[in-house]
Amino acid sequence: MNQDTSSLPQPMPASSRLIITLCLIAMMSGFLVVLTFNVTEPRITQNKQEALEQAVFAVLSDATVRSNYLLDSSGLVALPDEDFARANVYAGYNEAGEVIGVAMEGSARGYQDIVRILYGYSLEKECIIGVTVLQSTETPGLGDRVETDLGFLANFDCLDASLNEDRTAMRNEIVTVKHGKKVHPWQVDGISGATITSKAVGNALRGSTSQMLPWLVKNKASLDRKKMSSKTTGLH
Amino acid sequence: MTRDPRTPEALSWDTFIQGLWRENPVFVMLLGLCPVLAVTNTAMNALSMGLATTFVLLCSGVLVSVLRNLIPRQVRIASYIIIIATFVTIVDYAIQAVSLDLYKALGAFIQLIVVNCIILGRAEAYASKNPVVSAFVNALGMGLGFTFALLCLGAVREVLGSGSLFGLSLFGPDFQPWAVFVLPPGGFFVLAFWLFLFAVVRKRLKVTESSMEERTNAA
Repeated sequence: MNQDTSSLPQPMPASSRLIITLCLIAMMSGFLVVLTFNVTEPRITQNKQEALEQAVFAVLSDATVRSNYLLDSSGLVALPDEDFARANVYAGYNEAGEVIGVAMEGSARGYQDIVRILYGYSLEKECIIGVTVLQSTETPGLGDRVETDLGFLANFDCLDASLNEDRTAMRNEIVTVKHGKKVHPWQVDGISGATITSKAVGNALRGSTSQMLPWLVKNKASLDRKKMSSKTTGLH
Repeated sequence: MTRDPRTPEALSWDTFIQGLWRENPVFVMLLGLCPVLAVTNTAMNALSMGLATTFVLLCSGVLVSVLRNLIPRQVRIASYIIIIATFVTIVDYAIQAVSLDLYKALGAFIQLIVVNCIILGRAEAYASKNPVVSAFVNALGMGLGFTFALLCLGAVREVLGSGSLFGLSLFGPDFQPWAVFVLPPGGFFVLAFWLFLFAVVRKRLKVTESSMEERTNAA
């Protein structure tokens, strides 16, 4: 059906022709990729922002307004809403403008890959009031139960994460224990059959709380400046 | 083989149908098995992966066919890979723009479409030797054949492994899902089952065809 002339011996084309062909194809490719990037970027950013918004309000269920902050050892800096990707602390406020709590990220190695979570922390109660999984590739039906298992999620109604007397470290480090072995309020009751993943959630919480909470508590006052007229709310 | 009267001479109905049936990339040629096993744990993932691959197949097939007389043989593979990678990147952005959840579910397998041997195989074996329309039709057939195969696996695995289809619960809350089917071994089991079924059907058809031929010859 097809006349296959390509299998006949052909003279070698000049190297310049090969290079020019590849350059032209690469340029065309670059053009197409940049074009697509520019077209889809606003939508992708919006999707990411919406996903974050959803996650923040999932772990701070009473909050209606969110604002972004960057927290490190030097202090707490408020960021504009477009800069949400740089933020590592998301404060949630109720309609009266009072701080409900903050949402922060934690990550730890799971069974397949890194498990990234977002947790809500109540400054008033000094406990973790919600956890949601941002990214995980854990085994479906086993490890991914940390997202859906009601018994496991009940750990985070108020998981103790209080600081010690001089506010420099955790009073008790968060730790995951075997299912049914939880005795202290700072222990996470694991899931049997998803031991490694539930441990990863505990480790992520421990790592993040022990680093971030002392800094956060030191800079707590900067969170309270929130005025309802502020334009740092998210998407509506 | 029956010929579609609407299409030009060089293009036959077979150009389209071979990817769906006679040369189905998964069930007959056993190509691209990595995504076939990895992302078919739900019907939705399978469908999205199939459509993403079909898009890349179509676009790269058309472009390779358009440029077939301009690309020197010595750099053809490099050129094809750049073309394929371009469309994969486009799909990657497009899926992120449509749904981040879907993007997360498909994970690295979107980027890995670049090295899917079905696409490079089509570019080398068909698109680089045929006119644009034939290349398009052939790529569409192959893409749909691949999507069909992924859906066959995805539907069975989701129904047995999660008790749902396209996220809709089928058996109510009392159903105890057969978790092994959404795990990697389940992929192998279900693939084996479909390969067996496909082989049996193809064999039956061949037997019927040859017996019909014999009868017409005798008559």
